[in-house]
Amino acid sequence: MLATPASTLSVPFIVDQVFVLFKDWLVSFLPTSWRPAAGIVLGVIGIVCVYPGLFALTTVFERKGLGRMQNRYGPNRVGPYGFFQPVADGIKSLTKEDIIPFDADAVVHFLAPLTLVVTVFMGFAVLPMGRNMVLVNLDAGLLFFFSMSAATELSVFMAGWSSRNKYSLLGAMRAVAQMISYEVPLLLTTVAVVMIAGSLSLPKIVEAQSGYTGWFPHWYIFTPWGLASFLIFAIAATAETNRSPFDLPEGESEIVAGYHTEYSGFKFALFFLGEYVAMFSISGIGVTLFLGGWSAPLPFLNVVPSWLWFFSKVMLSIFVFIWMRGTLPRLRQDQLMNFAWKFVLPFTLLNLGVTALWRFMGEGWARWVVSSIILAGVYVLMGRVGMFKKHFGPRSYRYAE
Amino acid sequence: MASPLTGYLVLAALLFAIGLAGALTRRNAILVLIGIELMLNAANLNLVAFWRFSPHPEALTGMMFAIFSIAVAAAEAAVGLGLVISIYRHAQTTDLDQMNRMKG
Amino acid sequence: MSPVFYVLAVFTVAGGLAAVLLKNTVHCALALTVAFAGLALLFLNLDAQFVGFAQILIYIGAVAILVVFAILLTRGTETPPTGVFSHSWFVGLVIAAGVFSVLGWAVLQSARNLPQEPAVPSVTVHDIGVALLGRYVLPLEIVALLLTSATIGAVIVAMHEKGRAQ
Repeated sequence: MLATPASTLSVPFIVDQVFVLFKDWLVSFLPTSWRPAAGIVLGVIGIVCVYPGLFALTTVFERKGLGRMQNRYGPNRVGPYGFFQPVADGIKSLTKEDIIPFDADAVVHFLAPLTLVVTVFMGFAVLPMGRNMVLVNLDAGLLFFFSMSAATELSVFMAGWSSRNKYSLLGAMRAVAQMISYEVPLLLTTVAVVMIAGSLSLPKIVEAQSGYTGWFPHWYIFTPWGLASFLIFAIAATAETNRSPFDLPEGESEIVAGYHTEYSGFKFALFFLGEYVAMFSISGIGVTLFLGGWSAPLPFLNVVPSWLWFFSKVMLSIFVFIWMRGTLPRLRQDQLMNFAWKFVLPFTLLNLGVTALWRFMGEGWARWVVSSIILAGVYVLMGRVGMFKKHFGPRSYRYAE
Repeated sequence: MASPLTGYLVLAALLFAIGLAGALTRRNAILVLIGIELMLNAANLNLVAFWRFSPHPEALTGMMFAIFSIAVAAAEAAVGLGLVISIYRHAQTTDLDQMNRMKG
Repeated sequence: MSPVFYVLAVFTVAGGLAAVLLKNTVHCALALTVAFAGLALLFLNLDAQFVGFAQILIYIGAVAILVVFAILLTRGTETPPTGVFSHSWFVGLVIAAGVFSVLGWAVLQSARNLPQEPAVPSVTVHDIGVALLGRYVLPLEIVALLLTSATIGAVIVAMHEKGRAQ
C-alpha cells in the first residue's frame, strides 16, 4: 500500500516497483485483516521461486565457465548450447533411488538436508533485494541473518554423523571446524559496518550508502576500512560456503565427497541446492553491507530498476566464486586454520580499531591517509613476520619417504 | 483468569527441574553439562518473562541480565567441556561414577 | 495464554526431556538444540527480539557445536554397558521433583498477584546498545574479561601436555 502521488508514477518508478505494485494489487482482493499475512506469503513464494531458478542457471553457467577455463566444452547436449542441462539433472536426481545406509541413523539422516535448506532460506527474509523489497524489516536483521547461518553448521554435522561413514564424519568435522573459525572474522567485519551505519537493520545500512559525492557513490567498499573489511568478508564467506580454495570438507581426492557422501537422489539434490543458495545469501549480504545493496554505481544509472542492480551484483560475486574455483588450488587443513587464527582474526580486530578511528576523526582527507597507512603497514608487517621462517622450495615428506 | 506470566514461570520451573534431574542422574560428564545448560536457560526464560511483564520494560534490567547470563553460560560451556576433555585424556573415561579418586 | 505459548512450551519441554533421557549422547545434544530453539521462539513470543536471535547464534551456533565436538573427542557415542544413569539416580529424581513442586507451589500461590500482560514495549536494538555502553558498561567490560580468560583457560586446560602425551 504505497501512498504515491500521481506525479511520481513515471515509467522508471513503475519498473522499479513492479514487484511491490504487483503484490499490492494481488493483496487488494483480500479483506484488510488478511493483507499483511498474504503479503508475506507472496514474498515467501517469490523467494522460493527466484533463488532455485537462479541456482539452476548458475549450475549450467558454472559448468560451462569452468569448462572454458579448463580448455574444454561444458555441457552442450541438452537444449540449445546445453542450457536445459539443469532440467535433465533435476529429473535424474528425482528419479534416482534414495539410499539410506543400513547402519545410518535414519531420523537424523532424513532431517539433516531439510534443516539445511530451511535455515538457508530463512536468511533471505531480511535481505533487501530492491527499493521497498524486503520481506520483514527487522530491527535486528543482521543478527537474524547470522543466527540462521550459524544454525546451518549443525545440519552439516547431523549429515556427517548420521551417515556412519568415516569420510562423512571427517568431512563434517572439517566443515564445522572451518565454519566456526571463519565465522568469527565474518561477524567482526560486519561489526565495522554496523559501527559506521549505526544500525543492524539491513534496509537502513543500504540507505546509509545511497548518497553520491559528485559521481562517486558512498559505498563502504570505497573507504580504507571498508575495503579491508570487504576483502576479509569475501575470504571468510568463501570458507563459510565451503567453496574452493577452502573446499576441504568436500576434498574429492581425500574424503570422497565429505559430509554428503552417503546421500543420493533427492536428498543429495537438497544439499546441492542448500550449498548454492547459501552462496547467494552470503553474496547478498556482502552486496548489502559493502557494495551499496540495490543502489546504482553512478547517479544517472538510477533509471535502471533497483532489483536489477541487486541481482547483477549478486551474480557478479557468483562469477568471482566460479573464477576462484577454476583458478586456485585447495588449501591444507593446517594452512587453513593458521590463516584464520593467526592472520585474518588479528587483522580484523585491527580493522575494527581503524574503523573507530575513522568514525571519530571527522570529515576531511586526514582520516583517509591515517587509516590507509595503518592498514597497509600492518598488512605488510604481518605478512613479513608470518613468512619469516617459511622457505619455499621442494616439499619434504616426513612419513611418505 | 490467571496472568500469562504464570505459564512462563511454571514452564521455567519445569525446565529447571528437568535440567536438575539430568545433571543429578546421568553418568556422562557431558550430559551433566547439558543439564546445567538447561537450568541456565530456564533462568533466562524467567528473566525475560519478568522483563516483559515489569511496569518499566524501558529500563531493560531483565533483558540485560539475560544477555549477560547468555555470555557467562557460553564461557562456562567452553571451560566445562575443556575440563571434560582434559579428564578424558587422563582417565580415558567421562563416567562420573568412576571418577571417585582425588589422586591422579 | 495464547495457543502459540502452549505449542512452544510443549516443543521446548519435549526437547529438554529428550536431552536428558535419550541413550545416545549425540541424540541428547541434538535434542538440546531443539530445546534451545524452543526457548529462542519463546523469547520472540515475549517481544525480546535481540535476546531471541542472540540465543540462536550463541547456543545453537556455538554451545551445541562445542558439546557435539566434546562428545566426539571423548568417544561418548558408545553407550556404556553399565547403563547411562548413575547408581544414585533415584535420589536425584526425588530432589528434582521436590524442587519442581516447591517452585510450582510458590508460583501458583502468587498467581493472583502477578501483573496482567502490559502493552508491547518498544525497545529497539539502539536502546539496548545505549544501555550496554551506558548504564551497564562495567558489567559489559567484566563479561568481556571473563570471556577472554575463559577462552584462554579452556585452551590451556584442553591442550596436549607436551612430553607426557603417549
